[in-house]
Amino acid sequence: MEKFNKLTGVAAPLNLINIDTDMIIPKQFLKTIKRSGLGVHLFDEMRYDDAGNEVADFVLNKPQYREAKILVAGDNFGCGSSREHAPWAIADFGIRCVIAPSFADIFYNNCFKNGILPIALPQEQVDLLMDDAARGANAILEIDLDSQTIKGPDGGTISFEIDPFRKHCLLNGLDEVGLTLQKQDKIAEFEAARENAQPWL
Amino acid sequence: MTTPRTLYDKIWDAHVVVPQEDGVSVIYIDRHLVHEVTSPQAFEGLRTAGRQVRRPEATLAVADHNVPTTDRAHGIADEESRIQIETLEQNCKDFGVEYLDMSDIRQGIVHVSGPEQGFTLPGATIVCGDSHTSTHGAFGALAFGIGTSEVEHVLATQTLVAAKSKNMRVNVTGDLPVGVTAKDLALAIIGEIGTAGGTGYVIEYAGDTIEKLSMEGRMTLCNLTIEGGARSGLIAPDQKTFDYVQGRPRAPKAGQWETAVKIWSQLYSDPDAHFDREITLKADEIAPQVTWGTSPENVLPITAVVPNPAEVADAAHKAAMERALQYMGIEAGAPLTSLKVDRVFIGSCTNGRIEDLRAAAAIAEGRKVAPHVGAMVVPGSGLVKEQAEAEGLDKIFIEAGFEWREPGCSMCLAMNADKLKPGERCASTSNRNFEGRQGRGGRTHLVSPGMAVAAAIAGHLADVRDYN
Repeated sequence: MEKFNKLTGVAAPLNLINIDTDMIIPKQFLKTIKRSGLGVHLFDEMRYDDAGNEVADFVLNKPQYREAKILVAGDNFGCGSSREHAPWAIADFGIRCVIAPSFADIFYNNCFKNGILPIALPQEQVDLLMDDAARGANAILEIDLDSQTIKGPDGGTISFEIDPFRKHCLLNGLDEVGLTLQKQDKIAEFEAARENAQPWL
Repeated sequence: MTTPRTLYDKIWDAHVVVPQEDGVSVIYIDRHLVHEVTSPQAFEGLRTAGRQVRRPEATLAVADHNVPTTDRAHGIADEESRIQIETLEQNCKDFGVEYLDMSDIRQGIVHVSGPEQGFTLPGATIVCGDSHTSTHGAFGALAFGIGTSEVEHVLATQTLVAAKSKNMRVNVTGDLPVGVTAKDLALAIIGEIGTAGGTGYVIEYAGDTIEKLSMEGRMTLCNLTIEGGARSGLIAPDQKTFDYVQGRPRAPKAGQWETAVKIWSQLYSDPDAHFDREITLKADEIAPQVTWGTSPENVLPITAVVPNPAEVADAAHKAAMERALQYMGIEAGAPLTSLKVDRVFIGSCTNGRIEDLRAAAAIAEGRKVAPHVGAMVVPGSGLVKEQAEAEGLDKIFIEAGFEWREPGCSMCLAMNADKLKPGERCASTSNRNFEGRQGRGGRTHLVSPGMAVAAAIAGHLADVRDYN
């Protein structure tokens, strides 16, 4: 997994609540057997019209946000399905950080497996960042995972929370499967006890 | 004295392999369900790293999202769908996982087939790369949806690294009125707590109303838990649960059965267990529910009118409501029963079980689908289909003007050929009314099976109580 330490880039505002995974990546793109190449379909139904042309006023189609690395969004971002295609599409587009008042649990979890940092902040702080993001190409945010801070275009700094294990994995780009496999003995021990007590499992 | 624990606490504690610092633990996963959409990249990850599936016998695969619901004799026309299903089949072969293929009578939606096979057991931890895995909580199993990276993690290690959730209890007391089902109860709960109300929690459903629900009803309720934001719903197992499980192909056999039931009988929340949040609903106050917008929390009794954004103070919610009304093509103040439907869909992991089809057939019998409505019934599994046909339900549906299809996820998420056209309005027994969920531009109203049939017959959203 790609490491995440510092990220500096344009933040795109998407001021909607309950942005669900069907919006992020509609079902017709889930037929792939690969992880890559989904960025072009990110927010497909909002980003393109029925004929497949770009919708000019959708935020990621605007010239100043086409290279956005950060997304600022409304409450309950990523609700709905468990499709990891959602963070795959976001990362493939080039967005490495999503800031919102809250996230759906499965989506939040999926982000960390893909080098994306989801940051949950109080509504008032998201509102400020949303205003910053609305300033287009000048809306450069600096995100520092190590110090858990976001620096805005006017120099103001906001701190955010993240649990230590996830931070550690993200900072070091760790392979979680590999980490767990180091505990194989414990797993085998657990299985042996279970086989004894509940052999039907 | 030991600290009183919730049902969730008990199952969690019994599965901790390595308690870790940093607030996360390695927890053991007893059962892993796999389908074609969220698994190819996980198997590929194993291959790349030269890893094996740790416990193939604890893993069960079935194709459901992409399968056609029309005649399957000639395979799958859509090339991408076909490749995805063939990939699953090949992966199962390569890694030694049991796979229920499209021609197998046991094939169906993973959350219907799993319980049918006795793969779903009380007290177990069950995962699947699908958010509606919460369904299996109906058996007192800790069941939740995971992403593909975690699918790979479970395949390789039979564990997950997870942080414990908080405990919420939803108490429901009294009798559900005639025409009001587990689906209506679930939607009413989501209406109460909101679509993010359960975020960070595992929800236990309790109270005499829940005890009186059938296993199918409990599955419907737990299935929709994710639409309220909680990854898992739980119901303490009881005699009804044990009766459902007993004798199923993968259930404990005689000799082990008694021990299993003894262990499962301890699966309940202790009287003084602590819940971080608790709410109570009265079942007899719930009317048949219908969603009007593009989030499951946009729900009202069928007797209501489309709500007015002007009456909403919060700017974000007001904007979301305006967007939803525009997308749904409806106006504030219109009675919900005035909304004309073009399509009706009965099926899904929410409402595609035998009891759902019986309830639908009871309303459909001797009546006709309105001429302008296209209506279809998609059984949740081959076994549900077989049972329904043995009871003659298929004939009732066909006689009434419904299409009778092959099992699969179908128009719940419209990954196969079953989808709405732009602007089409659908009364659907599925679980999500998101924008584009059932087809780009499609407009979904979530309802119970009986309500879906009532809408099909009336040609507009209708109150099932007028048809009982």
